[in-house]
Amino acid sequence: MSTPTLDKHSAALDAAENTAFEQITITLRVRRFNPEVSDEVTWVDYQLEMDPKERVLDALHKVKWEIDGSLTFRRSCAHGICGSDAMRINGRNRLACKTLLKDINPEKPITVEPIKGMTVLKDLVVDMDPFFQAFRDVMPFLITKGNEPTRERLQSAEDRARFDDTTKCILCAACTSSCPVFWNDGQYFGPAAIVNAHRFIFDSRDEGAEQRLEVLNDKEGVWRCRTTFNCTDACPRGIEVTKAIQEVKRALITRRF
Amino acid sequence: MPAGTLYRGREGMWSWVAHRVTGVLIFFFLFVHVLDTSLVRVSPQAYDNVVATYKNPIVNLMEYGLVAAILFHALNGLRVIAVDFWSKGPKYQRQMLWSVVGIWIVLMAGAFYPVLDHTLRTLFGS
Repeated sequence: MSTPTLDKHSAALDAAENTAFEQITITLRVRRFNPEVSDEVTWVDYQLEMDPKERVLDALHKVKWEIDGSLTFRRSCAHGICGSDAMRINGRNRLACKTLLKDINPEKPITVEPIKGMTVLKDLVVDMDPFFQAFRDVMPFLITKGNEPTRERLQSAEDRARFDDTTKCILCAACTSSCPVFWNDGQYFGPAAIVNAHRFIFDSRDEGAEQRLEVLNDKEGVWRCRTTFNCTDACPRGIEVTKAIQEVKRALITRRF
Repeated sequence: MPAGTLYRGREGMWSWVAHRVTGVLIFFFLFVHVLDTSLVRVSPQAYDNVVATYKNPIVNLMEYGLVAAILFHALNGLRVIAVDFWSKGPKYQRQMLWSVVGIWIVLMAGAFYPVLDHTLRTLFGS
């Protein structure tokens, strides 16, 4: 007796398995820099056998684990939450852990560079201290006056929705390092700091909005924004960054928030 | 291989670049314009001499370029104002940019003959 059902099933399974383990050759072109060896920047091509459904981070891992252990980059959670692996992939800021190879044309060499506008320490690792200093400068914590209430600080759903978008920030610096103003003027607070100020300025429970607005009213504050929308395009969390910056600008003019 | 590659920004970044470039071009025009106009105070003859050197097809083409720069800078300036002051501005910035480009093309087509009329007649006969 033949078993057409079983044959058919296994054929379908084979097909599924073949697509599941599709392998293609990609070229990963990485900008390498090691100040302990040379002051010169070099571009190194790595030929890798990868599944197009894998991520750029997997390709970097493959290089580090199997080809050259000296390749240096940051990553922690590897699932788009910690914000460690923002880098410039094919010319745009993205998280390596959220970028699938098939989405960025794996037929051509994939260029990977550190994010722009910050000092490169080694390979893809940059000095993030100025970035976090700008974040601290906007006082990203609840500021209140008067006595502490004996119960929770309640907030309506509408009040919570007012700043919902800017709560999503993971501080990956993809926005700040995509900003042409920031590249030319490292003193600029940058989109990420303004987004995190926005998160508290428009929080009905917070009473420190005046202080934060004063910080951002600086010459290097929100007024440096030239609305290039690079930050909005780069944000891996889909935050409407430019919109948030515009809202802070308007809050400074109208003093309504 | 260069030290770094160009950032591949989208419409927003390139509109900003174009805004800067047209702004600088307009500044240079104004600079020259203030200088040659102030020559009237030196002597009307000197002014006439300088303006006479402008009467050639190349300067006429630059005038058309000036129209292009001013039109883009003005229209995109309105877009930037809308992004700044209209609450839905950031959401529709891309559509507004394509509107700016569309209006710019129409106005440039409209300005083609009025601006280049004289040069076209001189170069391609009466």
